[in-house]
Amino acid sequence: MIVLGDVFYFEPWWVQIIKALVIFGVAFAILPILTIYERKLIGRFQGRYGPNRVGPFGLMQPLAEILKFATKEPFRPSTSVGFLYRIAPMIAIVTGIAALAIVPFGPVQHIFGRRVGIYGIDVSVGPLYAFAFAGISFYGIMLGGWASGSKYSFLGAMRGAAQLISYEVSQGLALVGVLISAQTLSLVGIVNAQKGMWYIVPQAAGFIIFLVASFAETNRAPFDLVEADAELVQGYFTEYGGTPFVAYLFAEYVNMIVVSGIAVTVFLGGWLLPGNPSIPGWIDPIIVIAKMMLFLTFFIWIRATLPRLRYDQLMSLGWKILLPLATLNLLVTAIVVAA
Amino acid sequence: MSGNQPDDAGRARMSEAESRARATPAGIVSEDVIEVIREPARGRAASTYRAFGETLRGLKTTFARIVEGPHTIQYPEEKTPVYPRFRGRHKLHRFETGDPAHPGLEKCVGCSLCAAACPADCIRVVAAENTPEHRISPGERYAAVYEINLSRCIFCGYCEVACPFDAITMGHDYELSDYTRSDLIFTKEMLLAEPIERTPLRTEDE
Repeated sequence: MIVLGDVFYFEPWWVQIIKALVIFGVAFAILPILTIYERKLIGRFQGRYGPNRVGPFGLMQPLAEILKFATKEPFRPSTSVGFLYRIAPMIAIVTGIAALAIVPFGPVQHIFGRRVGIYGIDVSVGPLYAFAFAGISFYGIMLGGWASGSKYSFLGAMRGAAQLISYEVSQGLALVGVLISAQTLSLVGIVNAQKGMWYIVPQAAGFIIFLVASFAETNRAPFDLVEADAELVQGYFTEYGGTPFVAYLFAEYVNMIVVSGIAVTVFLGGWLLPGNPSIPGWIDPIIVIAKMMLFLTFFIWIRATLPRLRYDQLMSLGWKILLPLATLNLLVTAIVVAA
Repeated sequence: MSGNQPDDAGRARMSEAESRARATPAGIVSEDVIEVIREPARGRAASTYRAFGETLRGLKTTFARIVEGPHTIQYPEEKTPVYPRFRGRHKLHRFETGDPAHPGLEKCVGCSLCAAACPADCIRVVAAENTPEHRISPGERYAAVYEINLSRCIFCGYCEVACPFDAITMGHDYELSDYTRSDLIFTKEMLLAEPIERTPLRTEDE
């Protein structure tokens, strides 16, 4: 009996654990690199160097910062709700990492004579899995903002909830177009369906909608009203410091990685290259990561370019423009596929 | 439209048509009411298209900054060049002899005009008589004590203007920080000495 969806297991349990550890390790190795990459790149976009004092070319900056955060005194506001205040950052980061499990970095390959899929899990409900965890990650923001017992955090959390719910709809609908074309919900299956042509070409509108909605879903500029440094002093994590603060920060970056991973998988052909040249299997994850870096660079480029939207602009963009466009895109795709 | 026109005797009265012609084109309803001219409202599709185009233009602008390269001056290693007339830390001067072993006489004659001119009252001069055996300056007297409290100085340059012998001038040093306030009281020896590091000067075209 299938309860929620099939999970295509064929590896022994210990391979699963090793895969989980490797993906977790790679993700957490990428995070500090991503922070320094973002700060240096934004510096360049603004005509300056960015951090360049700690270590060669400032590359030790994330290390220094993590050290600083880790040695900070843990505190909590007297108005906060203790248990929820502690658990909220964990929810944020756990859901982010869990969603990373479905991003495929390569097809099933033979490693040491064993069939191993270069991905965490391949579920038959791939995008639903991602959206489910994105849904749970709201609790990280909501509980964190509410349990802090501060007006600013609460405002940030409320904004976050409204924004994430609004844009999740368009993001989901933008993906459905691809799912109809690929006739599968498995992300590995979607990549394999792109052997002929990447979905960015027939689903260009869907791709742009997905991209815009992803910026909003990850609370990145120009949709960072949840954090809004100037008005809300970091919004839902105003009252956090030390490692819980880092957890929120990393959760945001993990979400960026997940979203770019899904975008690469669904629209940019995952580990495929144009013309499908025969390449050794170990290059596949590198291709995926390179494509993800393209996305992340674009995220940073947008952050350096666009000013934050006003709240009514955010809502009207989400509901009046993106949602009708996504629905139209879905309808047209459905008609074309059926015809 | 034609209300509130000045109609005193000194000015020629304008005809109705003239005043309307003068009032309308610039959006000025009357002398103290201005009609705001707004651009025509766009439709949803047009404004979406425009927002998309402007976004692309913004992306191009920021990318051009990468191509241009950073403009940062890496401060402790690289100093901001100053203009020739920049007023930094003061310098006291000697007459040139060209021989470091026998430095020339001090230009300062201890007249205290700089201290009198100083609006921040940060200069202290105590003068003493020159004797033929102990000659410090060419004048009758010399500055036995010459102190500038740089934590009070406002770098106005009046001392430089007041000095009849060009003995004190404003130098180019701007790195004047210390751990205690008393370290910022510069004595005559410190003001006479050459600065340890030379501040770069701006070139003509900068």
